[in-house]
Amino acid sequence: MSVIKKFLYVNRRAPHGSIYALESLEVVLIGAAFDQDVALAFIDDGVYQLMLNQDTSGIATKNFSSTYKALGDYDVNKIYVEKESLEMRGLSKENLLPLTYEDEDDDWAEKDSIQIVTSAELSDIIDNQDLIFSF
Amino acid sequence: MKFGIMVNEGPYTHQASDTAYHFTAAALNNGHEIVRVFFYQDGVNNGTRLAVPPQDDRNITTRWSELAAQHDLDMVLCVAAAQRRGLLDKDEAKRAGKDTDNMAPGFNISGLGQLIDAGIQADRVMIFGD
Repeated sequence: MSVIKKFLYVNRRAPHGSIYALESLEVVLIGAAFDQDVALAFIDDGVYQLMLNQDTSGIATKNFSSTYKALGDYDVNKIYVEKESLEMRGLSKENLLPLTYEDEDDDWAEKDSIQIVTSAELSDIIDNQDLIFSF
Repeated sequence: MKFGIMVNEGPYTHQASDTAYHFTAAALNNGHEIVRVFFYQDGVNNGTRLAVPPQDDRNITTRWSELAAQHDLDMVLCVAAAQRRGLLDKDEAKRAGKDTDNMAPGFNISGLGQLIDAGIQADRVMIFGD
């Protein structure tokens, strides 16, 4: 019997200024092929990774933000964004990429992948994982 | 217990690779199994055979190589992270038209799937780095 583990990728850093966000996303995309139970969490400056309208032309680095939109196609549809981190930065869900997936258990209805969760709720989610990669 | 080891920092700047090494050696000496040591991000820099640290200091790469030889350790550098940072085995060097490889003994280049696989196989994955 194949093992299914719960993998959580915790993204804590801004998308640009270091490679952590990009190399986290690369693990997520490769890991999606392994049929595991995958979730992503965005906390602290990590919430900036999901910002709409990113433009890296001024710093001449790769703008990989559109790649997050592909997560739904990889069956990565549990994306938790910490409410407190958003609020501290004056952000709300409207500032984030509209990430969606098609729910195969609900006649392929298009649904939001992003769930805004409180710090306390995220603690429970973290408690419930088998494996946590923090970037 | 079966451990997977992930090393995300290069040698010398941070202590992460030293700590990972000591943890891995201690686990093996206490009868535990190491599924794999996976080097990611700047951690791939642990695999270069071209570093020449001063003789009165530890040689982090050589130490990993020796541990791998003693215990038949599976040590993997992530290919995407390695290519970015100039860590090449013979095949990669040839493919990229470079005049040398720089892979130290015991290190192999493979994909991120090896990290996920280690996560599935291991009872615990220990992550060393920032």
